This record gives sequence, C-alpha cells and structure tokens, in this order.
Amino acid sequence: MTTMSSVPWLTIVGLIPLVGALLVAFVPGTAENAKRMALGFSLVTLVVGIVAATQFDRASSAQFQLGEQHSWIPQFGVSYALGVDGIALVLILMALVLTPVCLLAAWHDVPVEAGPRGAQRAKTYFALLLVLETFMVGVFAATDVFLFYVFFEAMLIPVYFLIGRFGGPRRQYAAMKFLLFSLAGGLIMLVAVIALYLQGPGGADGFLISRLTGLSLDPTTERLLFFGFFFAFAVKAPMVPFHTWLPDAATESSPATATLLVGVLDKVGTFGMIRFCLQLFPEASQWATPLVVALAVLSVIYGALLAIGQTDMMRLVSYTSVSHFGFIVLGIFAFTSVGHSGSTLYMVNHGFSTAALFLFAAMLVRRRGSKRIPDFGGWQRITPALAGIFLVAGLSGLALPGLASFVSEFLVLVGSFSTQPVAAVIATSGIILAALYILLMYKKIATGPRPEGLVGAREYDRLDDSGRRGLTVVRDLTTREKLVAAPLLAAFLVLGFVPNLALDVINPAVDKTLSFVQEAIPNLNPAGTVAEGSSK
Amino acid sequence: MTAVAPLALPALPAAFQQSNVDYLAILPLLIVFGTALVGVLVEAFAAREKRHAIQVGLAVVGLLAAAASLILAAKHQGVTMGLTDGSTNRQLFALAIDGPALFMQGAILLMGVLGVLTMAERFGGVGPDAFTPSGASTPGSPTESAAVRAGALTSEVFPLTMFAIFGMMLFPTTNDLIGMFVALEVLSLPLYILSGLARRRRLLSQEASLKYFLLGAFSSAFFLFGTALLYGYAGSVYFGDLSKAIASGPLAMNGLLLPGAFLVFVGLLFKVGAVPFHAWTPDVYQGAPTPVTGFMAACTKAAAFGAILRLAYVGLDTGRWEWTNALVIVALLTMVVGAVLSVTQTDMKRLLAYSSIAHAGFILVGVLAFDRKAVGAVLFYLVAYGFSTIAAFAIISLVRQNGAEATHLSQWAGLGRRYPVVAGAFAFLMLAFAGIPLTSGFVSKFAVFSAAVGTGGATGTVLAVVGVVCSAITVFVYARVIVLMFFSEAPDDGVEVVTPSVSTTFSISIGTLVTLALGVLPSALLDLADRASQFVR
Repeated sequence: MTTMSSVPWLTIVGLIPLVGALLVAFVPGTAENAKRMALGFSLVTLVVGIVAATQFDRASSAQFQLGEQHSWIPQFGVSYALGVDGIALVLILMALVLTPVCLLAAWHDVPVEAGPRGAQRAKTYFALLLVLETFMVGVFAATDVFLFYVFFEAMLIPVYFLIGRFGGPRRQYAAMKFLLFSLAGGLIMLVAVIALYLQGPGGADGFLISRLTGLSLDPTTERLLFFGFFFAFAVKAPMVPFHTWLPDAATESSPATATLLVGVLDKVGTFGMIRFCLQLFPEASQWATPLVVALAVLSVIYGALLAIGQTDMMRLVSYTSVSHFGFIVLGIFAFTSVGHSGSTLYMVNHGFSTAALFLFAAMLVRRRGSKRIPDFGGWQRITPALAGIFLVAGLSGLALPGLASFVSEFLVLVGSFSTQPVAAVIATSGIILAALYILLMYKKIATGPRPEGLVGAREYDRLDDSGRRGLTVVRDLTTREKLVAAPLLAAFLVLGFVPNLALDVINPAVDKTLSFVQEAIPNLNPAGTVAEGSSK
Repeated sequence: MTAVAPLALPALPAAFQQSNVDYLAILPLLIVFGTALVGVLVEAFAAREKRHAIQVGLAVVGLLAAAASLILAAKHQGVTMGLTDGSTNRQLFALAIDGPALFMQGAILLMGVLGVLTMAERFGGVGPDAFTPSGASTPGSPTESAAVRAGALTSEVFPLTMFAIFGMMLFPTTNDLIGMFVALEVLSLPLYILSGLARRRRLLSQEASLKYFLLGAFSSAFFLFGTALLYGYAGSVYFGDLSKAIASGPLAMNGLLLPGAFLVFVGLLFKVGAVPFHAWTPDVYQGAPTPVTGFMAACTKAAAFGAILRLAYVGLDTGRWEWTNALVIVALLTMVVGAVLSVTQTDMKRLLAYSSIAHAGFILVGVLAFDRKAVGAVLFYLVAYGFSTIAAFAIISLVRQNGAEATHLSQWAGLGRRYPVVAGAFAFLMLAFAGIPLTSGFVSKFAVFSAAVGTGGATGTVLAVVGVVCSAITVFVYARVIVLMFFSEAPDDGVEVVTPSVSTTFSISIGTLVTLALGVLPSALLDLADRASQFVR
C-alpha cells in the first residue's frame, strides 16, 4: 500500500520546525533575532517540503508515498507510520506555505516588554507557532490511527497557549472553550479508536490505516464507531451545531493564530472525514449521509446568515468559514469523485482565502485600532492598496470566477448535484449570501465618508498646513505586509487559473478513497472524473 | 455439599514446623526493614547535627540496595515463607514473590526514593523543612517554641517512612488475608504519624492525622470482620483455598461469602480513596506535610492497588460474578465524584486529592477488565501516576508566601510569568493528569480503557465511556490551573518559588522526565509490566 522512502522526508519536514522552536525559545538574544530565526526555519521547512514533494510520484498519487514505518508501542499495536497521498500532500504544502506567511504577519503581534526577560514572551509566541507547524505536518502525514490521534490531541496544547497567552481581552474564556470542545470530541473519538483496533486484525501494527480498511464490521458497531470519529471531526471542522467555539477562538486569538487555526487545523476535521469516516466506515457513512448533508447545508446557510449580521470583522470572517466548511462537508458526503476533488481543493483554497481575510483584516484593525466594522469607512481613499487586496481576498471568499475558490465551489456543487440535488440547490443560495456578507462588509469599510481625523498619505501630501491640522496619517501597505500579501494573492491566481496543478495530484487519491466506499456499497455509482477544462 | 467442609475446624498446624524461607526472594523486604531498624538506632545514638544527613543517606542507600536486590529476588519467584502443617500444602503467612509483587515492590522503592528526597528538603534549616520539630507539643505552645529555639529536628520521619515502605512492599506480596491485614497496619501506622507532623498549619495537620487514624481504624476493622466471614466460609484465609472453596462451595453459603468479600474490599478501597470511602482523602492530603502527601498519593495507592489486584485475581477470582457489580458501581462513583468535585476546589492540594480519587476510579476500570493485559495496564498506570504525582506535590511545596506554602489557587495566578520553568513543569504534569497525548497519563489511560473495552464486555465499554467523559471534566480543572499560572496577571502579593536543594530538584526532574519518557516511549515499561502480570497461586 505504502511506498516506502529511503530518506525519512516527512519526519525531517516535521522535525525542522520543532528544532527551530526549541532554538527560538531558548537561545538568548533579542526578540528580533528570534523572529528572524523562526521565519528562517519555517522557510527552510517549506523548501525541504517542496523538495520532498518533488520526490512524490504524481503518476501514482493514490498510493501513500514517502512512507516511513517503525514499531512504536507494539503492545498497543501502534506504529510510527507516516506517508502521504495526493490529498495529504496538498494540505501539508498549504500548511508549509501558510506558516511563514503567518510568522511574517505576526511580526509585531507581541511587543517586547521592558526588563531582562522582556523578549521571552515574543520568543515563546514564535516558538509555539513553529511547534504547531510540526503537529500540522504530523497530523496530515500519519498513516496510523493512533499516531493521528496523538497529533490530533497534542495539537490542542500549543493552540491553547497561543490563544490563552497572546489573545484579546476574553482570551481565557475563548481558550478554555476551544480546549473543552475539542477535547470532548477527541475523547469520544478515543473510545472509538480503541474499539476500532479491537475490531481489526490486531497485532503489533494493528493501528495502521491499511490494516483497518475494509473490515467487515457489524452494522451497529460500524455506525457507533463512525459517530465516534465523526463527532470529533464535526467539532473540529466546525459544523453547526458544534461551531460555537470557533468565532470566540478566532476573534480572541492573534490573527496569525486564527489563520492557522481556521486555515489549517480545522481542515483536520474534513480531512479526517475523508480519511477515516469514509475509508474505514463506508457503509455507516452512506447510512449517515442524510443527517450529515442536512447539517452541512445548515452550516452553509446558517454560517452565511450569521456572517451578514456581524459587526466584528474577525467574527464575520470566522462565520464565513463555518459556511465554507459546510460546502466542504457537502462535497465529501456527495460520494462523487467530482465532489470529493472539489472538497479537497476547497480545503486548500479556503486555507489561502481565509488566511488572506484574517491577515488583511488584521492590518486594517491595527491601523484603525478597532475591530468594529462601523468604525471604518472610506478606506479606499486612505489606504488604497490595502483596501484593494482586502477586496481581492473577499472576492476569493465569495468565489469569483478566476480566483481559486470558484473552481472548488463549482466542483462541489456540480459533484453533489448528481446525488444530493436538493441539498446542492439550497447550498447554491449560500453563494448569493456570500456575495452579500463580503460586499456589504467591503462597502462599509472601504467606501463612504472616512472616519474623522484619519487621512491617507497621498491625500495628506496634497493638503496645505492648515488643512493638515488635526489629521493623522495612516500608512498604506508596508514592505513586510506586501510580503505577506504576495504569496496569498499568487495562490489565488495560480489555483484559480491552473487548478489542475493540484487536481492532478488530488484526483487519483480521491478515486482511491471512493473505491473503498464502492467496494462496500456496490450500487453506488460516483459520476465520472473531473471534466477537462471545467475550471475555465 | 461434600466438596468442602466450610464449617470444619481451622486447619492449624498440627505441630510446629519450621517454614522454608527463600531468603533471596524476600531480600528486598529484609533490606528495607533492616534499614528502618538501623534508622531507629541512628535516631538514638547519632549526634543531632549529623542525624539528618545520616538518616537521608541511609534511607536512600537502603531503598536503592533493596531495588537492586529485586534482580536477585526475580530469579527466586514462587510462594515462600509459609507455615505448613506437613499434611497439606496450605501455607499460612505465605509471601507470593511473583511478577505483580516484584513490579509493585520495585515501583514503591523507586518512588520511595523520590519521596524521601523531597522530605529531606531543608531550605537551609537544621531539620526537614516540612516537619515540625516537636510533633507532640501543642501548636503554638511554649514547648513548641522552646523546641524550635533549641534547634530540634524531626529526623525520625525517615525511619517511619522506611517502615511504611516496608508495609507497602508487603501489602501486594502477602498471599492470605491475615498477612494482608498485618501489612495494612504496618504501612498505615507510620503514615498516621507522618500526616500529623506538618511544621506549618499544625492544627490542620493534626486534624488530618486524627481523621486518617480514626477512619483508617474503622476500615481496618471492616477488613478484619470481612476476613472473619471469609474464614467462616472457606475455613481458611489463604487465597488459594478461598478460590477453591468459592469454585466448589454451595450457594447457600453465599450469605457469608458476599458480605465477607464486600467488607474486605471496603478495607482496601479505603486505602485507594475510592468513593464512597474517600472522605478522608482531601482532608488528609491537605493537612499532611506536602512531601508526605506526594509520597502517600503515589506509594500507598500503588501498594493498595497491588493488594486489590491479588485479592481480585487470586483470592476471589472464582466468585467474580458475585461481587463485580458492586465494584463496578464503586468505580463509576469514584470517577464521577472525583472528577466533578475537583471542579469546585480552590486549594491546590485538595484539587490534587480529588484528582487522585478520579484516578483511582480510572485504575479500578482497569482492574475490572479481568485480563492479564489489564493487570499490566494497572501496573503501568500506578507507576506513571506515582512519578507525576510526587513531582507535582514537590512543586507545590516550593510555592511559598511569607515562608508558608501558598496552596490557595488564587495565589498561583501569574506564576508562569515569573517562574516559567517551574510553572512549565507543573503545567506539563497537569497535562499528564489530564491524559493529553505524549504524556504518561495518556498512555496509562489508553492502556486501562483499551483493556476495559477489550475484555470487559459491555460493562467495560460503559466504564470506559464514563471514564473518558470524566477525563474531559478533569481537563477543565487542570486547564484552569494552567490558565491561572500562564494567562492571568500576577497579583503583587509576594508569592514566590523558593529555590530548592539538589534533592528536591532531583525528584522533581526525575518525576517530570519519567512522565515525558513514559508518554513518548512507553513500550519498555509496558513490556515489563506485561511480563510481570502473571500471579503465582
């Protein structure tokens, strides 16, 4: 099943940020040096990750590749087994790209305090972000259910500290809520993990996904196990009605944390649905489809409606994510290869577009000193470039043709229409709602009269001395911010116009997952593969 | 009716027979006992200023020597030291030197070393800092202040600890009810004294000691009464006979068996702090000197669970279906009460006391799986929990305000900002108690819950589900401590972490490192526990 690799690429990719984190946290020196070191380590990780990706044989991306397997806790049947197929590979690459972007965006999040230990807080912040990167690689690369669970749970701890130590005024509440929701889901999953092993062949490597696939389970057991896993993933994803932790966590945490949390970590939920729910429990997945699809559509509509009503910019962006995750889950449970490919691509695109929305919104917030949308207005004239990229990010969020999200949203809807027509039709209205929440927000922020006392640099230059009195100049994008924005905007365009870059890697892996489902449910007939040129 | 003669007269030895003792098999026990006796002599003859160093050195050397001699004992496994009457192979006062017994002895010895090292902390004073120089005097009385002025010290705590360790090692080793009772008393009596010797908040400490003693005496009485009933049932107190008698005994005699088994279990469950026999735990944990609390929480629990395992798997195994349901209810109650009540605690030591109650419930889940693998899981759990808990209490003893321990939760606010290393270690231990992956707590919970789901049937699955729900509740508690330490602003009230001596630093580091090591690479100890999980009969 898994093609082994002579070089432990995935372990190396995972270890570099961890080593970096330790150095960043404990090597004495100024905060500035520590930040540079953190950024350097994340860039090295990205480069090594890309090198590893070149070793990935795209022709057989359905297989797990770059595999490693060592016995870890043979008494429990646990192996340290890593490997990536097309789905995992694109998600890991997305995480590797987003981490340096976030580090760069987080440069001034934690001010250096006075005193001999003043730099430590900033160092800890950057070190935790790097630790998080290690876990992100691990959780997508694990091919052992136990190992996946270990990463899945251990990941919560750095996030908990990131929210609780470096967040906004209600950070304690948000951190606790995040931890309790996630752990409640995770611990229920733990029972399912144990029970799954006992249903499987057992032995010293009995937790490998490959050994647990295609078990002939008793229907009741399979359904219980399915729900054990699904609950954890639904909390993580997050789906209505388990989504309430997300707006709090995302609003109270720093923008970089929010980006990694919503952009990458929550993908573990939808990734887990594909990798575990569908692959290990195909019949139960099919059986639960009506409920799951209903929840997905509910998430699409409800998330969008709540987004429209928000006055807090960060909260609005988090509710849009609830809506987008609804689309992703809908595509997964459509059981068509088009829907699956769309969902997987959606996960990548959503990662970039949410990152852009969170980070660009944070740039606005930093300039205005407020998250409230009514406090803004006329920012097109104050900071034209920032308002411009914010619009692009928003348009990507509402799936404008030509930008990345359009392709994936289109594929999800086409893919689900053949098997879930009603749900697909209702979900389509989510696109209209998306246009509403994005464009209304943009209108309130960027157009209209500008706030009293604020003025853009260009306008300021035109004014004479008397006109300048009492005005504060607001800078447009700095070089650092341009560096943050560039890779994200590039990703929109590249994935928008050449989605096959990713789809070619994703499709075979998706077909493989569906073949497991098809084996279990012969009468299921997923529609054909992605039509050529559907992206145009 | 004829298979056994339940009402037959006790089979006392017809004539005195010299028992065969395999001295190498019981060498660890002898070394510890000998060290304790030498400790008493040191107390009598050594000069005061040298006593502390001699006692600590003696105790640590004795414990390490005993641990080393376990290797010899492991080669001489089997039942030894029994009194036989020559005609049957019935052995009274026999010691079962088998895998579980040796494993528990080793665990108690090593955790005992850490316990002694934390008790030895002086912070620059003459005697151990945690203990009052004159335990017998009235708190606040002139006698007490005179003792303090005279530079009195309480170095007798070390021989007492060694006696307690001797009893703890004996507890899971004895193979009959009377021997078990003797071990129970040997381990308890020194602990009653140790609990009452706190240097600060002495009234609280003496109250704890009295409560522990009275309730402990009650539970011992229960144990003895149960022993009498079981003796009436089987005509013997030897576990092998008990097991055989239950297998072949008449149903009509269950009137003796059930209350007997229940009462004996009461005595043992009291020692592990299982609900509803837990009432002493928070008071004693809070009142006792903090290093003693850590030692007690780790070692007493290990010893008592060792005894519970032997009773359940060797003595009463054949009558399992008679008493399991009662124990299932106890396990459920223990987990739920421990978890829920820990939420409302405001004192760090009480919080860890309720946490230890919840942990006792999780371990009971493993005991109730009735499988060889479950025995291994329980053994692993006890070691993992013990090392973490000793380190946790040792850290608590370092957090001070005006010289006294700052155990109120609010006093811990912002500790992580000023003392990141100590608070970080404590937070890590909290995560281990919560059962987060990559800590020993996760591996041990996984081990007991998977044993429960695997061989415990539907009951086991229910227990495991309740177990994870309770884990989720306790996560809130531990996370709250982390919130306090790291996410809250520090009030300016002079709470400080005093710099400990090498010995305390050593036990905190070892406890924390073991917690990490057993979380990342648990397979060596799991393997050892698994190989040690076979009881001799």
